Amino acid sequence: MTLADLTDILVGPFVEFGFMRRALAGCLALSLSAPPLGVFLMLRRMSLMSEAMSHAILPGAAAGFLVAGLSLPAMTLGGLVAGLAVALAAGLVTRSTVLKEDASLAAFYLISLAGGVFLVSLRGSQVDLLHILFGTVLALDDDALTLLGGIASLTLVALALLYRPLVIECVDPLFLRTVSRAGGPVHSAFLALVVVNLVGGFQALGTLLAVGLMLLPAITARFWAADLSGLIPVAMLVSMLSSVTGLLVSYHAGIRLPTGPAIVLAAGALYLVSMVVGPRGGLIHRLVRRRHLEA
Amino acid sequence: MSGAVSGGTAGAGAIRFRSLTLGYDRHPAVHHLDGIIAAGDLLAVVGPNGAGKSTLLKGIVGEIRPLDGTVEAGPRSGAVAYLPQAAEIDRSFPLSVLDLVAMGLWRPLGAWRSLTRQRARLIEALAAVGLTGFEDRPIGTLSGGQFQRALFARLILQDARIILLDEPFTGIDERTTGDLLALIRGWHREGRTVVAALHDLSQVRAHFPSTLVLARRPIAWGPTREVLTPSVLARALRLSEAWDEAAAICRHETHHEAHPTDGAGADGTHDHGHGDDHHDHHGHGHAHAHHGAVS
Repeated sequence: MTLADLTDILVGPFVEFGFMRRALAGCLALSLSAPPLGVFLMLRRMSLMSEAMSHAILPGAAAGFLVAGLSLPAMTLGGLVAGLAVALAAGLVTRSTVLKEDASLAAFYLISLAGGVFLVSLRGSQVDLLHILFGTVLALDDDALTLLGGIASLTLVALALLYRPLVIECVDPLFLRTVSRAGGPVHSAFLALVVVNLVGGFQALGTLLAVGLMLLPAITARFWAADLSGLIPVAMLVSMLSSVTGLLVSYHAGIRLPTGPAIVLAAGALYLVSMVVGPRGGLIHRLVRRRHLEA
Repeated sequence: MSGAVSGGTAGAGAIRFRSLTLGYDRHPAVHHLDGIIAAGDLLAVVGPNGAGKSTLLKGIVGEIRPLDGTVEAGPRSGAVAYLPQAAEIDRSFPLSVLDLVAMGLWRPLGAWRSLTRQRARLIEALAAVGLTGFEDRPIGTLSGGQFQRALFARLILQDARIILLDEPFTGIDERTTGDLLALIRGWHREGRTVVAALHDLSQVRAHFPSTLVLARRPIAWGPTREVLTPSVLARALRLSEAWDEAAAICRHETHHEAHPTDGAGADGTHDHGHGDDHHDHHGHGHAHAHHGAVS
């Protein structure tokens, strides 16, 4: 294989087809915003929370779909409303009753998901449901790209502003409560960012991909970096690499391989490799024990 | 600092209780506590398990809301630094010791001001607790004693008028305890108010000029050598046990304003034991039994 062949394989599809370039741009935007949120979710042991949230936004998106058909603004708005409502309601119940956050969130997202499935079944076929679950990476229009770019910008700016109280809230919430009232609002703002990213990824890329790019790169990064200043960039990098790989594989594959799942599978493959060879607590480093130090 | 604080509000550094009742599920854990912890006092709170020591500290810092009565801690609650018994700190979070200690600067720096110029202060605080050279270590790698030292460094940086310590030496070795006690004595010399819940009575006798013996209600409060007598301690043990599911509603009237100068005297010039006298007529083994006696 010559260098030209390699260029053809790696760059050709993006040069040749506009829809591939759009898909790449959308995925790279999501790769900048979702993985840092995933890092915080993972460190707070809330990884599965994003999965729950992705279900919670379904009824809102379905309501938007019922009202306006496959319309990006309607479904996005519906998803945002439903997701934020579930996040806020769960937070409220956590603060004012005995329930812990995971339990109250589980209750609300199940209610929300059942409502969503109910709404989808009122109108629409299996095809529509598949569309919602797996998205349409290869059919991103200008509106969707603008949405993803806007969400990425918003997320990065907001994370920079919230960073310090968010870290303190993760490490020592009681301390933050004694020195500041920022804890509650910061936590809500963080959940809102998660919802916004899921909703953004949802219409454009599908729920599976939205959650996949949020969590898998973050979890993968844990095997490569020790602290936040390493985890966040590594997670972004893994997410971008997965996006490019997934797009190329789905383009070149002989069989019809849906792009969304291809990207998530690429991220999954990177996770599996990292789990084995990663220098921070990966399998090999655990098994091959180097001699301990003197002090 | 005596006398002047007996008026309307507690002065800077003083903590005033007015018929303070704290508890869980309407069951009081601290029952009708009156008095003032004078500014600059170094007070030990002792009592058996379940006597309400931790609850009292949580009440002062505002972590739990009073069931009845009030607590005033200085002009602003922000003047209080609090070291909880079992810190809710997530020690698996990838954070450096320096970053943990830097949280103590939240009040001057808030969420956005730069930390880089404060590095010297942070190193100095770490040196004061004997953790020089530990600044870049992840918090998860510290031993229990080292971690407690780091939390004390954070307390130093909080620079609070009032410092609350909930069993700070549980599970800490002798040398570390000695070092930290020296820090506490330093705070006392600087005129800060220090309140510590403690179990080790010889420690209390050696280092704490005043003591509050608590068994849900105050058993005795005053100069340590006068308060820590066998009979007082035996009563404390007897009175702290009962949790009565069917306890009647407390009809204790709040008529404590009759002692306007109570507790104002500092350093053992007068006896704080009014709560003791006040409850004597019904203090026989059942702290809830007095509803008939008063009404």
